[in-house]
Amino acid sequence: MTSDRMTSTVRQIGGTALTLLVTFIGLLAVTFIISRVVPIDPVSSILGDRASAAQIAEARERLGLDQPMWQQFWIYVTQALQGDLGLSVRTREPVAAEIARYFPATLELATLATILGVVVGVPAGVLAATKPGSLYDQIVRLIGLMGYSMPVFWLGLIGLLVFYGQLGWVSGPGRLDASFQMMFEFEVTPLTGMILVDTALAGRWDMFANAFSHIILPASLLGYISMAYISRMTRSFMMNELGQEYITTARVKGMPERRVVWVHAMRNVMVPLITVVALSYASLLEGAVLTETIFAWPGLGSYITDALLVADMPAVLGGTVVVGAVFIGLNMLSDLLYRLVDPRAL
Amino acid sequence: MRTMDWLRDQNPTSRAQARAGQAYLNWLRLRRNPLAMAGLLITVILLLVALLAPWLAPHDPIAQDLSQRLLPPLSPGYPMGTDEFGRDILSRILFGSRITLYIVLLVVLTAPVAGLFIGTVAGYFGGWVDAVLMRITDIFLAFPKLILALALVAVLGPGMVNAVLAIALTSWPPYARVARAETLTVRNSDYIAAVKLQGAGGGRVIWGHIMPMCLPSVIIRVTLDMAGVILTAAGLGFLGLGVQPPLPEWGAMISSGRKYLFEQWWVATMPGLAIFIVSLGFNLLGDGLRDVLDPRSAGK
Repeated sequence: MTSDRMTSTVRQIGGTALTLLVTFIGLLAVTFIISRVVPIDPVSSILGDRASAAQIAEARERLGLDQPMWQQFWIYVTQALQGDLGLSVRTREPVAAEIARYFPATLELATLATILGVVVGVPAGVLAATKPGSLYDQIVRLIGLMGYSMPVFWLGLIGLLVFYGQLGWVSGPGRLDASFQMMFEFEVTPLTGMILVDTALAGRWDMFANAFSHIILPASLLGYISMAYISRMTRSFMMNELGQEYITTARVKGMPERRVVWVHAMRNVMVPLITVVALSYASLLEGAVLTETIFAWPGLGSYITDALLVADMPAVLGGTVVVGAVFIGLNMLSDLLYRLVDPRAL
Repeated sequence: MRTMDWLRDQNPTSRAQARAGQAYLNWLRLRRNPLAMAGLLITVILLLVALLAPWLAPHDPIAQDLSQRLLPPLSPGYPMGTDEFGRDILSRILFGSRITLYIVLLVVLTAPVAGLFIGTVAGYFGGWVDAVLMRITDIFLAFPKLILALALVAVLGPGMVNAVLAIALTSWPPYARVARAETLTVRNSDYIAAVKLQGAGGGRVIWGHIMPMCLPSVIIRVTLDMAGVILTAAGLGFLGLGVQPPLPEWGAMISSGRKYLFEQWWVATMPGLAIFIVSLGFNLLGDGLRDVLDPRSAGK
């Protein structure tokens, strides 16, 4: 890489970082506005109804509520950038610390689901693109559209009913059986917070197997949703690529079809596919909100919905900010990966 | 036979005839796609069911009859069984189609219009107007839809109107993006310059000459988005934040059936099937419409 190209890359990354910061502050502006129009008074929800006027005034001052709106926003932004999302009304604990505790469960679920979605979705999309209009193509398309049309919480309930209730192939709600839960807390050091990783690192394969039997159903259901999206996009990218002239050249030269598709075309399909996978990964964090409530999965989604039911606004908005930040982060990451995989993008 | 000739005329004598002829060709192309026709059929059935619900439903969707509670499907008089209050599930699903359609219509009448307005204005004026409007759009795009809708409903309070508002507020940005892209492609064309030379102001150019050009791509997106709107509305209903009981909203019905999932599976399963079939119908139709209306895929 020449120094010219280096500077232009650095400048582009700098520009992306600035956009990122502006978007993040915008995100905070939206949650700030939401938190200020909420009809629940933050002071009375902390102190209760029987606080004296002096106590209320003191609390208002402590929370910065006596200052002008723009100053309150400034405090909110600087605190959020330092990782301070306020105190949960329900538990009186810092929201950021609570989210840090809940987030690994969601991450574990979404990661496994994305892996499943890619492993099934990419080959399915590629095969559909090589035989457009065939019965196989129609089936992939229909299965994909069904994935788009299924309410994920309903799919979860049906999954529980069939695979847990009727067939007994998988374990039910939660991340571990109750007996393993106790053991896990005492015997395994939570390095990552992801039970599959932690138990594997500790060599506790019995616990790993139990955790796996709990996670496989919700992960498969979310994986199906992401598979629907990934296979559809892969198909259209691959169709587009197979129409290019370099593919014709490769075929004319007598290259085996398998190599044409999987090596030559695939290399170019990978580039836009990265964005698609990143987007579907991010949207799984969202799909997880409903899935987690069904499977009693103690992740970010459960955290937000539980907080919602008791009107714990700092927790709800803190969770919203974190999911939004992950969204923005993943977008930026896919942008950077894009540049790495596709030299033309530099 | 006469009308067919009129529609197929290669040399239309009026704008209306040309449009009708084009629509007829599109219809012929749509008819060749069996999946799209299935989608259209489902959509038409949904409309009919919503329209005729009071005549089709065998029972009152809200009246409780505790002596008949949790009857299995195919019980005499209750083809889909009854729920925990002895209400006929079939009747509730039939009436629920009205609520679903109502929500979809309200969202479709607000979000795309707002997006179209913001996108065309940003694209036409460019400069700082574009920069500001598109930044705002990006910020809303950065929010996961359902979570922002959740936060909004948490503030506004649960209910149908607030759910519609929350869904509309989270679904306009893609329309703004699409409309802006379309605007950028036509804004420097000769016919716009001609209109401007005749003295048309920004508002007139956008309203009369740019928005119509953006409509096809926006309409395609709307059909493809309807399923998403239904799923989001059902999700809000499931979490107890959408339409409130005793109204028969499908998502809320699944939520109440959750308690009886393992013993009385039908209470949660039936409304879910309704959601699934209806959103599949919209998806199939939207998919087919895109193949027909999108000039980029028309040649294939």
